[in-house]
Amino acid sequence: MNNPTASPSPIVQLAADDLQTPPLSLRQLTWRRFRRHKMALFGLAMLFVLVAYSYGGMLLVSEEYANHNDTKLRIKPPSNEHLFGTDTVGRDILARTIYGGQISIVIGLTAALLEVLMGVTIGALAGYYGGFLDSLMMRFTEAILNIPQIFLLIVMAKFFGGNLPNVTLMGREYSGSLLVIIAIIGLTSWPYLARIVRSQFLSIKENDFILAARATGTPTWQIIFYHILPNSIAPIVVAATLGVANAITLEAYISFLGLGVKPPTATWGNMLEGAYGYIDQGAYWLWLFPGLLILLTVLSVNFLGDGLRDALDPRSRTV
Amino acid sequence: MIRYIVQRILQAIPLLFVLSLVLFVLMKNVGDPLATMGGRRVTRAADRERLSRQLGLDQPVILQYVYWLIGNDWAKVDMDGDGVAETPGTRQGVLRGDFGVSLTNRGMPVVKVISERIPNTLVLMLTAEAAIILGALLIGIYSALHQYSWVDNLATAFSFVGYSMPIFFIALVSIYLLGVYPKQAGLPYLPWVGMFDPKEGKTFEQVALHTILPVLSIAMISFAAYSRYVRSTMLEVMSQDYIRTARAKGLPRPQVVFIHALKNAALPLVTVVGLDLPLLLGGAVVTERIFAWPGMGRLFLDGVSDGDTPLVMGIMMLIAIAIVTFQIITDITYAWLDPRIRYE
Repeated sequence: MNNPTASPSPIVQLAADDLQTPPLSLRQLTWRRFRRHKMALFGLAMLFVLVAYSYGGMLLVSEEYANHNDTKLRIKPPSNEHLFGTDTVGRDILARTIYGGQISIVIGLTAALLEVLMGVTIGALAGYYGGFLDSLMMRFTEAILNIPQIFLLIVMAKFFGGNLPNVTLMGREYSGSLLVIIAIIGLTSWPYLARIVRSQFLSIKENDFILAARATGTPTWQIIFYHILPNSIAPIVVAATLGVANAITLEAYISFLGLGVKPPTATWGNMLEGAYGYIDQGAYWLWLFPGLLILLTVLSVNFLGDGLRDALDPRSRTV
Repeated sequence: MIRYIVQRILQAIPLLFVLSLVLFVLMKNVGDPLATMGGRRVTRAADRERLSRQLGLDQPVILQYVYWLIGNDWAKVDMDGDGVAETPGTRQGVLRGDFGVSLTNRGMPVVKVISERIPNTLVLMLTAEAAIILGALLIGIYSALHQYSWVDNLATAFSFVGYSMPIFFIALVSIYLLGVYPKQAGLPYLPWVGMFDPKEGKTFEQVALHTILPVLSIAMISFAAYSRYVRSTMLEVMSQDYIRTARAKGLPRPQVVFIHALKNAALPLVTVVGLDLPLLLGGAVVTERIFAWPGMGRLFLDGVSDGDTPLVMGIMMLIAIAIVTFQIITDITYAWLDPRIRYE
């Protein structure tokens, strides 16, 4: 429409809608504020690169190659043939970081999803209904918060671990411990989120529009999901983002202690297991590359979360 | 105030109760404490049966929990392991202060096993905490006073990296750069295994030397968050009216910064430190593992892998109680330091 060749008249024709700025939707507002946050943009770009590395690298290197060990090639430093060197049983570290990245990203996303599902459900129920249910759930939440998460994870990893059968998913075989790790990280991470959601529900349910919804006979589940939840979405999105970073770090901790995902399935965490046993020999490549990748991922996700926190904050409405 | 404290303590009781029950049930399925009891030989089936009767491990989990909680001196236990319970029990139970005996440490009382390790962890953690607070105050105040200077920008970048860094990664990097690499190059290096060199003995110098690398790793991680915190509270306080007044009446700058501003800016730090201290008691499990440091974290890991329920329960309860206690102490200190705060 602004194409000058289309209108012969020198006066630019404006449609009525263009005369005033249309109101911005929440998504547009968020994006406008988000893109001013340079670090968050960097984090987002970095995450794209990391996902491309893990999932694009799959096309170049096969999983058999990543799990193929050649004991003649144990602990070889980086070379042209093995860019990141080889590990303690002669597997190519570059190939393993690619496949390990997939697992680490999957663990991060699914554990955070589980965390959000549990945190939102428990927080919403406690906040909406209040009373006995609320105090029961909040006592339980506080009980979990009163033990450092790593301790709970260690006990639970031992409890649910043991000899699990491998699982086959989408034509690929994974160690059964993968599901255990996702489950226990999700199961121990939700209390913080539950408290946030609960406090959101406590304040939002007192608003007049909730009273109006109730007066018009809206079913309770609709009030919870369509009226209150969308209004408390900002802290949930931020918590979920940071939950991904947290889950990736926790997986690395647990795997580092030898209680995590079992080989041959590679994760960035379990590649580090035992690496410190070889640190005396100066085999830095065993831990440097997986460690750097964990650091980069967690850093990017934290930047992203930081940007989202600023962008979604309803108090900063300036565009 | 007293009402508030009593209320908090009463709230903590069901909490600890729930926690202990869940953990106890989890622990029962975690490992086999009998597996290591035969020394290097495999425990024989008959011995295994006798031992599990003597230790009461053949009882239902709930009964074992009850014995752990309130003792078994009101019931009969099977001391000679023949399947008949005839001897009265001797345990007093946690509620009466008896944490039982460790299953794997040759029947030593849990309290004794733990209290042998606590000083080791405290050496590490208190040094680290002191380094963190001192460093965070220095950098935080400097950053706030020179906002957007290169030191401030560097500290910001560094704190983001530190905040995202898993502790084992920084530990491995520092071991490599300050320990392994100089050692291979024939330069003086820092030790990274254990608390002291067995050849030198447990002298102050040795322990101090061995503390440097683990403390560095722990401090790097938490330092980031703390210095950011100091910076933001300091920035907030420096823009207050009373600071302008102090400046306007011509007070020397150090006095304004350290007497007027820091006092109020450091207040929120009390909360952070108070809530973090008990977590340190648990020890950075991972740090102690990497540096082979004989502290609580290592004890916990060993206890979990041996299925030593009384020991693990003792450590967990100690940490949980420490956390609750420090929460209450933090609240009280905060109210004492800041008269604007009132607890009903």
